[in-house]
Amino acid sequence: MLLRAAVWLGLFWAIGLLAGCGPAPFNEKERATIVSLSLSALKPLPPDPTNAYADQPGAAALGATLFFDTRLSRDGNVSCGTCHKIDRHFQDDLPLGVGVSTNNRRTMPLAGVAWSPFLFWDGRRDSLWAQALTPLEDAREHAGNRAAYAHFIAGHFRERYERIFGPLPDLDGVPDNAGPLGTREQQAAWASLGDAQRDGVDQVFVNLGKAIAAFERSLTPQPTRFDRFAGALAKGENPRSADALSDEEVQGLRLFIGKANCITCHNGPRFTDDHFHKTGVPDAAGLPAESGRADGVSKVLADPFNCAGRFGSGRLENCPELLFIKKDGPELLRAFKTPSLRGVADRPPYMHAGQIPDLAAVVDHYARAPKAPAGHSEAEPLTLSEREKAALVAFLRTLSDP
Amino acid sequence: MSASLRFLLALLVLVVLVSGGFYVSDRLRPTAAAPAQAQAGLPRTKPTVAGLYQVSIEPENATVPQGELHAWVLTLRTPDGKAVDGAEIAVDGGMPAHNHGLPTSPKVTAALGEGRYRIDGVRFNMGGRWELRFAISGAAGTDAVAFDLDV
Repeated sequence: MLLRAAVWLGLFWAIGLLAGCGPAPFNEKERATIVSLSLSALKPLPPDPTNAYADQPGAAALGATLFFDTRLSRDGNVSCGTCHKIDRHFQDDLPLGVGVSTNNRRTMPLAGVAWSPFLFWDGRRDSLWAQALTPLEDAREHAGNRAAYAHFIAGHFRERYERIFGPLPDLDGVPDNAGPLGTREQQAAWASLGDAQRDGVDQVFVNLGKAIAAFERSLTPQPTRFDRFAGALAKGENPRSADALSDEEVQGLRLFIGKANCITCHNGPRFTDDHFHKTGVPDAAGLPAESGRADGVSKVLADPFNCAGRFGSGRLENCPELLFIKKDGPELLRAFKTPSLRGVADRPPYMHAGQIPDLAAVVDHYARAPKAPAGHSEAEPLTLSEREKAALVAFLRTLSDP
Repeated sequence: MSASLRFLLALLVLVVLVSGGFYVSDRLRPTAAAPAQAQAGLPRTKPTVAGLYQVSIEPENATVPQGELHAWVLTLRTPDGKAVDGAEIAVDGGMPAHNHGLPTSPKVTAALGEGRYRIDGVRFNMGGRWELRFAISGAAGTDAVAFDLDV
């Protein structure tokens, strides 16, 4: 009798223990941090004061057409969508993007891009439209020139263009190919144009970028299982079973916002601080050493299409990001942008030149925190068990579509 | 009580004690190190290093946002409380623990009078302990002050 009672007692204890074996509940501070990462905390799309067409549906529709039009390239075979693939979260799964030839950077995904104050891995552009123009004239990407693009718009999209932007300039006498960044012949042709002709071509080129930017503003991050979990947590409810995080995922989340320090840079609903950091990522094999943000700062300040330029707001005082930009300091050299982690598990390889093949290796990199190839690394070594590393990866998978 | 029963009971007691201990320790384990949110012990009014001035800082809006450009108001006084106008103030700072400076270059954008200066272009892109340093040149001379903040 006593034996039987003892066995039952043991059984009840064991059941109680199992029920309590799950992860400890989050405290208030952790709960607030988790909610700050969810899409419900995402601020409304910021306006772009440099793009009067940013929120015009007609401009966005034209931009969508242009985004996928391969005729916007030297050889007629590269569009924005060549690297920013619509069925691959607007990236291309390659270590280095391939347009007309191979680039020196990993293609960035585009969901939520309109929230970024600076574009590209080194932040060398300060608006979506100025960003969109850059690959169009980059010899490795679209390899085109702005005179050719202006003629292309006039020849194929005149009516749609004029409905949005007003009359096209007179392009008579503008050679088929001319631009300040093209081949030697194209640069010479550009130099031979009168100011009014150059200005007309620039205006069409800029509006092409503004239309593409209007389209890209519609590419917003989509809620994932993590957001549904965080939403339930915010309301003090239990998430539906399909949305609940496993014990391992919860452990990963706790590490992410806690001792693994991921949230230091990957913060907010897009999991990025929109800034540039040095984390000891090795240079890509076969590519020259890069100066990262240090180069990006010089380029964005020199960009004729930046916020302060005449196609932007026209005044530096209207451009707080440029007005208060950090121009020097050792932390700029080799610093690269914190990428968003939304959808991150779907898009190996990682880092600005695809140097790290998978998420487990990324977590391992931050745990080891190797010395930077030059200068110091902001990353500090972490003591993480194999189980903890796996938990972090498991959590990162909850940031992908279900 | 048979020996086997005694053994079983002893085993049960042991299991209960050990597992209970694990259970309790799991519940009591401190959760993720929460950065100190309270600004307790972090003064917003300080004398400068050489004691030439008294400096107060406060965010222009009530809260300190993370990730957004925002402004602070610095109030400069003499040690006996008189407002100091016409001073030159340079802003610096960073995260000492991460060995990096501020992500932006904040500047004084307006002298608001009565010793108050608007400092714009501040951004705290990361959570944690930040430092804001001010180099001040005024009629009384050149001095400096640093404030710690938790974001």
